[in-house]
Amino acid sequence: MLESPGALDPRTYTGTGGPLLGVSALNAWYGESHVLHGVAFEVLPGEVVTLLGRNGAGKTTTLKSIMGIVPRREGSIAFEGRETSTLPSNRIARLGIAYCPEERGIFASLNVEENLLLPPLVREGGLSEAQIYELFPNLKERRKSQGTKLSGGEQQMLAIGRILRTGARLLLLDEPTEGLAPVIVQQIGRTIGRLKSQGFTILLVEQNFRFASTVADRHYVLENGRVVDMIPNPELEANMKKLHEYLGV
Amino acid sequence: MQALFGQLLVGLINGAFYAMLSLGLAVIFGLLNIINFTHGAQYMMGAFCAWFLLNKAGVGYWWSLLIAPVVVGAFGMLIERTMLARLYKLDHLYGLLLTFGLALIIQGLFRNEFGSSGMPYQIPTELAGGLNLGFMFLPKYRAWVIIASLAVCFSTWYVIERTKLGSYLRAATENPALVQAFGINVPRMITLTFGFGVGLAALAGVMAAPIYQVNPLMGADMIIVVFAVVVIGGMGSIMGAILTGFGLGVVEGLTKYFYAEASNTVIFVIMVIVLLIKPAGLFGRER
Ligand SMILES: Nc1ncnc2c1ncn2[C@@H]1O[C@H](COP(=O)(O)OP(=O)(O)O)[C@@H](O)[C@H]1O
Ligand SMILES: [Mg+2]
Repeated sequence: MLESPGALDPRTYTGTGGPLLGVSALNAWYGESHVLHGVAFEVLPGEVVTLLGRNGAGKTTTLKSIMGIVPRREGSIAFEGRETSTLPSNRIARLGIAYCPEERGIFASLNVEENLLLPPLVREGGLSEAQIYELFPNLKERRKSQGTKLSGGEQQMLAIGRILRTGARLLLLDEPTEGLAPVIVQQIGRTIGRLKSQGFTILLVEQNFRFASTVADRHYVLENGRVVDMIPNPELEANMKKLHEYLGV
Repeated sequence: MQALFGQLLVGLINGAFYAMLSLGLAVIFGLLNIINFTHGAQYMMGAFCAWFLLNKAGVGYWWSLLIAPVVVGAFGMLIERTMLARLYKLDHLYGLLLTFGLALIIQGLFRNEFGSSGMPYQIPTELAGGLNLGFMFLPKYRAWVIIASLAVCFSTWYVIERTKLGSYLRAATENPALVQAFGINVPRMITLTFGFGVGLAALAGVMAAPIYQVNPLMGADMIIVVFAVVVIGGMGSIMGAILTGFGLGVVEGLTKYFYAEASNTVIFVIMVIVLLIKPAGLFGRER
């Protein structure tokens, strides 16, 4: 078990100051059930970092804790050096963190365009509506359709697209490839690559480590609500056996 | 013929109040998931507010249309912040019980103070008198109530269904946690929405004052019918609340003309039939 993330791979170190996101001793609960037990990791500016782990390991709960939407959390979550673990979720979003939930969260009573324009701008420097439609041309054609009438892949594009407008620098993506066809998974992979090259920092939850290895700089492994390992992407191949054990594949 | 048009007009007037009141209930239910049983009392408070403004402060009808909804709406927001907000984590039933209790308390207090006989409220001079349309006599004030209520209802519909602000409301109705995680202050939005719904009730109360008189029990009488309207239309549909409100007012008026004995019960008969055939209501979605 890693108490602190330890030495970071210099190849991936792009920032000069501290981490963009630093999580330590994070505990979280749903009612009586204690789900996260001292989760600790960090994400540097410009990095794509994944959280890997089996179903129920606590990946989604970790993202929700960062976003401030779990019933109870303790420990430290620092964004740009600022403690956020006591703020309500709307204030956290305003600092520049955006969240794309596992269930996608497309609103049925809003059309595609309204869904896309829903999240308010929190900072300068987000993508324009036109740039998002360029990234996901399908969405443009279906602008006036009801959000939930889109295919699964299109809904995922909409869920990612709408948080790119806001100017948030840190994107939390929860299993964006879950249940999607290979072509669409590729398209999402390319999108993540482009976002990284534009300076977005991404914390990605994945079960599909083959996909994760094509986009990420580093991987944290979660098990039973704890971070048990950190693997830099170049060392993923060498750690395959260990990883198979962690993920039970 | 005169009598038919007369009853039709009465029906439209009642329908205007049903529509405004069930609209407020629908807006509140949509976002807060609370059936606001205090709605009738707040309608009555709107009328009393206008009466006080006129008789104690010399402030007339037109200003009351603005002031009463703001005052009563602010009172509603106080209730939401201090009481309802504590109940959101519990079953909806608790919010219903709380608002029901509050309604009884408020009505009891007003009744103690003012008895249960009505106090008259003058029709504003600009709207006194009426127009002879040839086939019927149309009192100006009643025409105004119908037009103003239509304007209020459809503006509300427009804001909710067609504007950015409305998209926040619709989204928060579906998934408040996610909307808040996008950076919107959802608790504040809930408070303001409740205040708006209550304000609509108070506005209806001011508009009703010159027609039905100002009476501590005016809301209790009205709200029973309005709940039937809401059940028929289906909870949570904005357009449904408006159309059902006006429609049932007209049905009630026509019943008075064709079969007067049934006029007090026709809405409840329709309610039973709708519940049996389409429990979610004519415009409601099954949840
Ligand atoms: N809303 C909830 N209420 C109670 N327990 C929950 C809830 N959401 C998740 N859990 C539990 O918390 C643990 C971690 O869940 P989650 O973070 O969703 O895992 P992952 O995303 O890694 O699959 C699981 O044991 C799950 O059953
Ligand atoms: Mg998950």
